[in-house]
Amino acid sequence: MENTVSDPTRMTLTDEGPALVTGPVEIELPDGRRVRSDRPVTALCLCRRSRRWPICDTSHRTKVRETPKDEADEEDDPC
Amino acid sequence: MLTATGAPAPPTPRGPVSEVVVDALRGGPVRTVEPGDPYGDDLQLALHCCYELHYRGFAGVPADLEWDPALLTLRRELERAFLAALRAEVPAGDDVDAEVAALLVEPTGPHVRGVSHHLRRAGELWQLREYVTHRSIYHLKEADPQAWVIPRLTGAAKAGLVTVEHDEYGGGRPERMHATLFAEMMRELELDDTYGAYVDRVPGVTLAEVNLMTLCGLHRELRGASVGQFAMVELTSSPGSERLVRGMRRMGLGEAAVRFYDEHVEADAVHEQVVRRGVLAPLLAAEPELAADVVFGIRASLHLGERLGEHLLGSWERGESSLLP
Repeated sequence: MENTVSDPTRMTLTDEGPALVTGPVEIELPDGRRVRSDRPVTALCLCRRSRRWPICDTSHRTKVRETPKDEADEEDDPC
Repeated sequence: MLTATGAPAPPTPRGPVSEVVVDALRGGPVRTVEPGDPYGDDLQLALHCCYELHYRGFAGVPADLEWDPALLTLRRELERAFLAALRAEVPAGDDVDAEVAALLVEPTGPHVRGVSHHLRRAGELWQLREYVTHRSIYHLKEADPQAWVIPRLTGAAKAGLVTVEHDEYGGGRPERMHATLFAEMMRELELDDTYGAYVDRVPGVTLAEVNLMTLCGLHRELRGASVGQFAMVELTSSPGSERLVRGMRRMGLGEAAVRFYDEHVEADAVHEQVVRRGVLAPLLAAEPELAADVVFGIRASLHLGERLGEHLLGSWERGESSLLP
């Protein structure tokens, strides 16, 4: 019988955003809390801007503030 | 009105074309008819009925009508009219990277016009319920229109698309299927989660969005556009879902109501990555000639999404319902 070695967990680092981890994953946080993700691929936030850290919520995306022609900045709205 | 198999009754016709199709569903002959306005209620409802034969069918309608040559011939005419209108209105392009980069920029601030922006900032519960009613035409069969494209892909692009589809279908757990989560949200909002329950209440502009998905899924020729449409949804859904979650919490809705959009914030943040790296990149490496179709799929679905958004916001600004009476 051939010895089978299971495939290593693959982690993909992206240029602009999260790290992608394959398979179900359990993440231990600095305070000891554990977060579990059962998705086939999990996106881990590396930029710390996610409201759902350690899970990516696309908060790393470039944001462009839309202002109408004559009434700039009448109200602050971060998102 | 449901049968044991969950098929709805045929909808009420809205003009000569949908009348021909609904008559045919009831056993009548497929009469010759002019397609009419390609975005109109009549053509879009007729197309919806033709397509529904490929999904769950209709109560009391023989299943083999799905392959009725006369009905397929009429369907082809309607599809050609719809596609011609889209091709005429949507500018052509073949730079998929630029298209994707544009989708990944989030407009922010109090002046961004959009349904999810409005519902987050100031939308009322009745408007949210209307939005969910429109979206139910797709989400009660979420991921089904894109499943048609699987056998039309090969290799890495197929594997990548199936990874996302598997997640949409709950990763093997029926209670986590997105269509199931959507139905639960509908019940929380005191809406009818019966498949097809609101077809008679939504205008052609709503049906057109879903018809485009099915059109691209059912035609191998349009597989690039199907992937483009799929990419557009997966790339833009996460921030939009987050706005809806915040709007729903502002309205005081509980976790059971919020769960569907909450799930999509995280799920679609991952799907974006898988679609870009695991679907678009290998598809275009293997079949670079599909780039123009991918761009068409992205732009056509954005175009129809904007038309629907304008219909909703315009109706609400006039203090009117966006649904048909």
